[in-house]
Amino acid sequence: MPANPFNGFTEYGIGVGLRIPHYQHILEKKPVVGWFEIISENYMIDGGRPLAILDQILEQYKVVQHGVSMYFGSAEPLNREHLRRLKALVKRTNTPWVTDHLCWGSVDGRYTHDLLPMPYTFEAAKLTASKVREARDFLEKPIAVENVSSYAEFHESEMTEWEFLNEVVERADCGILLDVNNIYVSSRNHSFDPYDYLNSVPPERVAQIHVAGHSKFTKYILDTHDHPVIDPVWKLYEHAIKRVGPTATLLEWDDHIPSFEEVHGEALKAQQYVAVPATVAP
Amino acid sequence: MSLAALQKRMAAALMQPLGPGDKLAPDADVSYIKPNDRLTSRERLEIYSISYWYRLLDSLYEDFPGLRAVIGQRAFHKLSKAYLTDRPSQSFTMRDLGSRLGEWLRENPEHAGARLDLALDMIRLEWAHIEAFDSAAEKVLGPEDLLELGPAMRIGVQPYIRLLALHYPVDDLRIRVNSEVEEHDAVSNAVHKRKAHRLVSRIAKLKPEDIFVAVHRLEFTVYYRRLAPEEFRLLEALRRGQPIGKAMDAALEDSAVPLGELRKLVETWFAIWAELGWLCHPPKGHRHA
Repeated sequence: MPANPFNGFTEYGIGVGLRIPHYQHILEKKPVVGWFEIISENYMIDGGRPLAILDQILEQYKVVQHGVSMYFGSAEPLNREHLRRLKALVKRTNTPWVTDHLCWGSVDGRYTHDLLPMPYTFEAAKLTASKVREARDFLEKPIAVENVSSYAEFHESEMTEWEFLNEVVERADCGILLDVNNIYVSSRNHSFDPYDYLNSVPPERVAQIHVAGHSKFTKYILDTHDHPVIDPVWKLYEHAIKRVGPTATLLEWDDHIPSFEEVHGEALKAQQYVAVPATVAP
Repeated sequence: MSLAALQKRMAAALMQPLGPGDKLAPDADVSYIKPNDRLTSRERLEIYSISYWYRLLDSLYEDFPGLRAVIGQRAFHKLSKAYLTDRPSQSFTMRDLGSRLGEWLRENPEHAGARLDLALDMIRLEWAHIEAFDSAAEKVLGPEDLLELGPAMRIGVQPYIRLLALHYPVDDLRIRVNSEVEEHDAVSNAVHKRKAHRLVSRIAKLKPEDIFVAVHRLEFTVYYRRLAPEEFRLLEALRRGQPIGKAMDAALEDSAVPLGELRKLVETWFAIWAELGWLCHPPKGHRHA
């Protein structure tokens, strides 16, 4: 779905994550980039260089906000200070949609700063969905939740991850930030077929797609965002695009970050798949 | 098990300090994690626990290079683990991770050994550095505003500026540590070791000295500026919302500097503050008497 209610009816094409090592290059060379994704928390501050740079970027580029610590899946209530700061940033960027992860990460006001996996239970889906609704109502922007990479599963789970994702987004009536690399990583760590996952995702709810690289260890794969995207992940991406249609796509590269040209070049590889007309599966 | 109960158990397990060899704590509860054909429940949770500890330890390591130099790398690592165990993050951003380090170290002075006061001063400076980098800035007072200055007027001091009264010259030390860190990549190991040795010896010989420092920023870079005691007191009084006249009386009354010189100094200070963009309109609550 190129434009839908969950991405503010936009058609954003291919974007790149805005990262500090590339600030100077972007501001000086002004490369042609569809849009930039920012990590919201890096700009939820009161002043200084990060906001000044962001304002310069906003003068020339479209920006979408991606968060890492809303923790929709934490059993505790949403952090009001977090929401207040996020809303101030939303007003500054005018992001058409806001994304964060389908995960938890805080307990009793203590933060792990990680994207911890959910137990796939109906109780968790209900609570998570209610928090997504609460955030959306407060922020007055569409929200899309991202599936995370995971390394552990729970005895408590009552359904598969993709069933859980569907349960949450239906209850919350929200969008999906479909991370095909995360599907690949989790499929290898938990021995499921990634195409089963992709085929169950409701195409009409996909607001955005993430692609990224990862690191392979002997017994598991870690989502490190420090490599180019591997072919099996591009194949998954191709399949996703065939089901969903050309969708705003972003390459994540967060560690051992190479030159801007290299990161942008890697992101633009997505173009060959986006150009293919959508054949939405039933 | 409820969602809340499961999350409490998992958070408690993964936030426990790692055991020898960076393994998950031996008594960590992993009963709720499914094993798979390659990893046990413990190994699966261990991935998260290692990730938690390294992420937070790395963040403190980056934020407090001066404290590392003062107490040494090993002691810093031990201190960081103890601090994060006692005071887990309470903020959605890791930027705030070190906000309670000074208060914690006062309660746990054994982690700084014989250099407690020096360590506490360095923590104050390094936390001020973080705050000065990204705290709010108000509109700078323009020349037309400054022309109207009078004893009954109130003016504000930029919210991002941190005013510190310290007992050691940690500003110089931090600058030196910074340049060592920046040079580290550019020189050979042998050169680096010699420089590190000189720094350790310099810290060992560092004598107490009462100093006043403004941690501020210019063109988005953080700087330290030494202040005269009277200048420090004047800025503090202005920040508290006192009218200029009263602030000057309070700041200068005990000064040993002759009155004539003080007048010139005050003029110079105001000129420097204006040039650095330190002066702004006072916060709303401070605008009227």
